[in-house]
Amino acid sequence: MTQKAVLVLGGGIAGIQASIDLANMGTRVYLVEKKPSIGGRMAQLDKTFPTNDCAMCILAPKMIECANHENITLLTYSELAEIQGETGRFKARVIKKARFVDEDKCVGCGDCAAKCPTKVVDEFNAGLGQRKAIYKYFPQAVPSTYVIDPDHCRLFQGKKCGVCEKTCKAKAIDYGQKDQEILLEVGAVIMATGFDLYDVSALSEYGWGRLKNVLTAMQFERMICASGPTMGHLKRPSDGKEPKTLAFIQCVGSRDVRHKKYCSAVCCMHATKEAILAHEHYPELSSAIFYMDMRAVGKGFQDYIQRAKTEYAVEYIRARPGRITENEENLNPVIHYEDTNTRELKTREFDMVILSQALMPSETNAAVAEKIGVSLDDCGFVSPSQDLLNPFATTRSGVFACGFCQSPMDVPDSVVRASAAASKAAEALASR
Amino acid sequence: MSDAMRVGVFVCHCGTNIGGIVNVPHVVEYARTLPCVACAEGNLYTCSEDGLSTIANKIRELHLNRVVVASCTPRTHETLFRKNCERAGLNKYLFEFVNLREHCSWVHMDKPEKATLKAMDLVRMGVAKVSLLKAREDLSTAVLQAALILGGGISGLSAALVLANQGYRVELVEKEAELGGLLRFVNRVFPTHQPATELLDPLIDSVLKHPNIQVHLGSEIKTVKGFVGNFKATIDENAEMRDLNVGTIIVAVGAQVHKPEDAFGYGRFENVMTQLDFEGRCGGYDAFNRVVMISCVGARCEERSYCGRFCCIVGLKNAILLKEANPRAHVTILHRDVMAVGKLYEEYYRRALEKGIAFVRFDESQPPQVKGAGTRAEKVQVLDTLMGRQIELDADLVLLTTPLVPAADNGLLSRMMKIPLGMDGFFLEAHQKLRPVEFPADGIFVAGCARYPAEISESIAQALAAAAKAAVPMAMGRVVTDAFVAEIDPALCSACGRCVTVCPFGAVDWSEVGGPDHGKKSVAEVNPAECKGCGLCAASCLSGAIRLSGFTDEQIMAMIGSQR
Repeated sequence: MTQKAVLVLGGGIAGIQASIDLANMGTRVYLVEKKPSIGGRMAQLDKTFPTNDCAMCILAPKMIECANHENITLLTYSELAEIQGETGRFKARVIKKARFVDEDKCVGCGDCAAKCPTKVVDEFNAGLGQRKAIYKYFPQAVPSTYVIDPDHCRLFQGKKCGVCEKTCKAKAIDYGQKDQEILLEVGAVIMATGFDLYDVSALSEYGWGRLKNVLTAMQFERMICASGPTMGHLKRPSDGKEPKTLAFIQCVGSRDVRHKKYCSAVCCMHATKEAILAHEHYPELSSAIFYMDMRAVGKGFQDYIQRAKTEYAVEYIRARPGRITENEENLNPVIHYEDTNTRELKTREFDMVILSQALMPSETNAAVAEKIGVSLDDCGFVSPSQDLLNPFATTRSGVFACGFCQSPMDVPDSVVRASAAASKAAEALASR
Repeated sequence: MSDAMRVGVFVCHCGTNIGGIVNVPHVVEYARTLPCVACAEGNLYTCSEDGLSTIANKIRELHLNRVVVASCTPRTHETLFRKNCERAGLNKYLFEFVNLREHCSWVHMDKPEKATLKAMDLVRMGVAKVSLLKAREDLSTAVLQAALILGGGISGLSAALVLANQGYRVELVEKEAELGGLLRFVNRVFPTHQPATELLDPLIDSVLKHPNIQVHLGSEIKTVKGFVGNFKATIDENAEMRDLNVGTIIVAVGAQVHKPEDAFGYGRFENVMTQLDFEGRCGGYDAFNRVVMISCVGARCEERSYCGRFCCIVGLKNAILLKEANPRAHVTILHRDVMAVGKLYEEYYRRALEKGIAFVRFDESQPPQVKGAGTRAEKVQVLDTLMGRQIELDADLVLLTTPLVPAADNGLLSRMMKIPLGMDGFFLEAHQKLRPVEFPADGIFVAGCARYPAEISESIAQALAAAAKAAVPMAMGRVVTDAFVAEIDPALCSACGRCVTVCPFGAVDWSEVGGPDHGKKSVAEVNPAECKGCGLCAASCLSGAIRLSGFTDEQIMAMIGSQR
């Protein structure tokens, strides 16, 4: 008997969209996400190109639709342990990690985090801010349940504490909570495991981590976001001053055989968007984008680039900078590059430099693929389907893939492919 | 509990979006002083789980019978808050949305004090209106388990097959005499280089053999009436009129190749052709020794601002095929940017570089010049921006890489089905980011090059995505539509017909009712299943016969009349 249920791995925009489509068709969906909240990378974005829609404003309703949908079971802070069986009859074992906070009791008030004495570097804010050892992944998290990070919590580290338990009026803290094993029977699986950010300290010539005013694109995104660590104010890490000039360097780690040989697909537009937003925040600010090819191929993208040039003081310079040094007096980063039009070697100083870092398949991708028995390509993406007519198939029948785990792609492409994978999963359930 | 009005007001900070400008605690205090308000609260994010459960709890605890949320826009959040009311046992039409973000904090960022006063006004108006709202039920209609697919190219074929495999009946309408669309004129496909027919033939075969698919070749769509769940399309199938009754429609009519009349010697020199001309005409790839390709012909220019998305890849493909067929051939691609986005394309670009294909970047302001004698192009001159000097290339073949342009019938279909076109002439989706294959009108979807240039795998992806959306109402068997629709009082209707003309959704039509003298009289009537509640008809009615529930004159006057 075919199980009219689908397991979706990854709760980013692709996993969310695939889940909603299938659930709306009347299919039961188990959505597994390793982080404490669904939302994925899109939740970290301030606004989205080319419409400049606030990312959270369009994502939050979808996250909540997932949480409230009668056909969707959300399994956050959970990971796939193993899967057996075949199309129509898969048996999956999922580990729901202990949050040490009771999901049914926690109201998400935040009193616990306010009192928690331990500060931890905030991963969601790309390392720019701090969170507590008991925390909500981000303000609009779904579910809104808090979670204790045992690697940093004083009590779990053998010290005296217990402040959160004393503070919680809902009596939701449960230090004894154990990981939970959940067994699922499903007819098909969709992989939507998304992407991670490439560690740009590997490109020592650009000085990230060493030069204070050099940030990654994701750090800048969190900084310019109204709900980010600086409340949307641009501040130079070296002196807290507002920058007047920004430079974006494209293809940092992408299109580079020493690092990632592929094009990360979203960065040309992403940098353009960040430059536009910066100018919107500070009309006297100007930006320069150092690029190799300006790959603005989506609907409305060329017009967006034109607007950036004419209305938002964005200059495009075709060059691949060789290195970044620092002006010792004001700690301004200095970019060294060859102007390809004049073939001159030039230097130019900026208040802040943003590196458009390469994106790569998430580390979970490899682990999940191995457990499912899906083969990956030399870059760690799900191997492209040999059948051009079925671009969502993987090497295991009944398992489909969509979104960034297949290849670098932006939000609209991920959303299209998520719905498409949902179609293939529905077809697989129907044809058995 | 008594029937007395008990209004709950929930004011959202929206992080700093509202709270950074409007003094939210002040607005909350003010709301508590308004008539019938039983409670008022502020939330950091009213749409978060937290905010929603606060509302639900207050509804239950205080027996609220009206709810006002003052936050962002109903466009994205109305459904959410209404569902939340329903969850707590309150009829969802007893909810009023006040927009303090788009209508207040965002537009008055520089005047926080005045913005706070305006926010108080808006909240007061919301409270005045909500008391006059009445409980209503959603409208529900049955859905036919059949889809109409317009266009038999790779998109239409893929959508047809995946829907048919799920058990839905499919009517596939193609205006040409055969299936396959643009792909019929393509020689080999990226990146496998297998002949296009190898892909297309088995797909066409499965579609033709499928018991659930009815193919209508040489057929043109004439009219489309009805609404989601129950569309009636009339087609002209080889001069015979036929009615098709379906529940959903997928528009996959494709696009056409841009022909650059008079540019770069096209039409003057026989050896200057578009990539697709070449693929159609070419017997062998080995007959050329010096090939020059010019990219962005008719794209990313004043006349047509968009990028053709995959034209660079078509150029790469033919360059690689030419070079593989004749390794001694000189193949040069003149380009502005090589749009090899992502992984497969970038690999393909590298493959072309490794094969020795030359790439020369030119500037839009100094396009290449094609020189020749008689009917033959012989040389291409261009300013190589990387070298900073003019170069001249010999050419026995010049290929122009041109984008796809919208199909000629798009305007007609747009009017017929009331689905919008963008400035570029392609169909415009409901939302670029999150609703890429949907239209504002329910039950009609778009896929492939009808929406924007899309190569094979993208077209298939969009087709399957559109199929997923179309499957939803068909799988559920019913659609539920909003109860805030226009209503016409037949006694007041003067049958002037303004509302019938003005309705953009075709929801108002004529109907016969008993007249005052026991005869018949014609009056306008709204089909609630098609009505989107836009209010155009109500505003245009000279007789005051049309009221839009949820926005009646009484409610609007109450909003205006309430005083601070």
